Amino acid sequence: MIELIIMIIKTSIVFAVVLTHVAYTTYAERKIIGRAQARMGPMEVGPYGLLQPIADFIKIFFKEDIVPRYAEKVLFQIAPLIVLVFTMINLTVIPFDRNFILADLNIGLLFILASASVAVYGIILAGWASNSRYSFLGGLRSASQVLSYEIALGLSLAGVVLAAGSLNLREIVIAQHNSVFGIYAIPQIIGFVVFVISAFAETNRAPFDLPEAETELVAGYLTEYSAFRYALFFLAEYVAMYIMAFLCTLCFLGGWTIPKFITDTLPFLEKVPGILWFAIKVYSFIFLYIWVRATLPRYRFDQLLNIGWKVLIPAGIINLLIVAFIKRLGL
Amino acid sequence: MIYLIFAYFCASMIGITLMALTRKNPVHSVLWLLLLFLHIAVVYLFLNAEFLAVVQVIVYAGAILVMFLFTFFLLGAKELPKGKRYIDLWEGRALIGLLLTGVFIGAFSSVNTSWKGKYTIEYIEKIGHTKALGIMLFNEYPLAVFLLGIILLIPMIAVAVIAWRVR
Repeated sequence: MIELIIMIIKTSIVFAVVLTHVAYTTYAERKIIGRAQARMGPMEVGPYGLLQPIADFIKIFFKEDIVPRYAEKVLFQIAPLIVLVFTMINLTVIPFDRNFILADLNIGLLFILASASVAVYGIILAGWASNSRYSFLGGLRSASQVLSYEIALGLSLAGVVLAAGSLNLREIVIAQHNSVFGIYAIPQIIGFVVFVISAFAETNRAPFDLPEAETELVAGYLTEYSAFRYALFFLAEYVAMYIMAFLCTLCFLGGWTIPKFITDTLPFLEKVPGILWFAIKVYSFIFLYIWVRATLPRYRFDQLLNIGWKVLIPAGIINLLIVAFIKRLGL
Repeated sequence: MIYLIFAYFCASMIGITLMALTRKNPVHSVLWLLLLFLHIAVVYLFLNAEFLAVVQVIVYAGAILVMFLFTFFLLGAKELPKGKRYIDLWEGRALIGLLLTGVFIGAFSSVNTSWKGKYTIEYIEKIGHTKALGIMLFNEYPLAVFLLGIILLIPMIAVAVIAWRVR
């Protein structure tokens, strides 16, 4: 019974922290993009516009929830829930620190891939159930995009699994800490680049945000959604960004550890709590997301699929072969 | 308690299958099928086969079923064709039912609960299901794995050839 209560408290802490982060990521995004375009970003609500996410939340909460007359009502209403649930569920297998993990699964990595592949249904259904051309095209684009890039993502992670010899995220970090470089991003640089590009495409973010390309599709699969259901999609997108950042941190950047050659030269860094390293790495990855969105133009859809199938998948296979050779030769 | 959960999953799997078979709208059918696949994954978890459970979700729910949905969308089939089914003979139905019953009886009669061998439950618990599966597949059945790979490669080449010709 006590265990259950501790579990519930832990879970609510994780969810609260992540949701606060999501709220302030929207603020950070608007600020950074504003600065990149020589604007100030939000400034009105609170000092430096710091209360802007809260104001946005209150506004969106009190808006009217509109369901189009010719929409498939039930599917239209549960689609955002499918996306949100199957994205948030990933938070349970993420080890935030050496001993802070909600569920230490043996197959944590595969669990994340599996729930990501189910979350796509929400987007496809949102597109189909809206009964609108724009939404439908957005849903179709999202389906083909996520299907194509999941393969590249899986291949780049296969290299990590091969090198670490485990699917457990905690064991991957420990194996990584004991490896030569301390992070897998150095020996598996090809896999790392493949992972980062596919992570951008998996979360439907710029420069691969074709499912919601404003210039062509109004807002893609989100076109018919309003108020709280729109907010749920929005939330899911940002949580998915964080999941990808967590995954990148854990599988390629060493999680809560830092490489041994750094702690050998600067021994006082070992005193820093692991969660801080974890947070710094995750924030850098989120900053990369926003930075890329502020600077790169959007790809065309055929270019997107060409990159996925003709560049990233072969590169992922080459990375896997290199890792296999390194492992076999015992380097 | 665990038996109650297992009973729920078994009962609801039958119900979900019936729902998937009787829907008029193919997209709804596919969604019930998705629910069925998730339930099957949970049943794998009851057998401590966590790797199989996740692969069930990734491959069947995440890839194959999305392909189904895609096909429905591209063909624009809002409803299934109302014409006569291919087989509408009661003799055929009875035959298929009898055959399936035979398969079930065969399967249940050959269940061996006291199976002894190298891969005992204790061994799998010690090194983990995924590892045990990998060791068994690649050490004892390497030829079968290679053959499966080739079988999967052939349709890929075929699709590439077809796409080439169209262009």
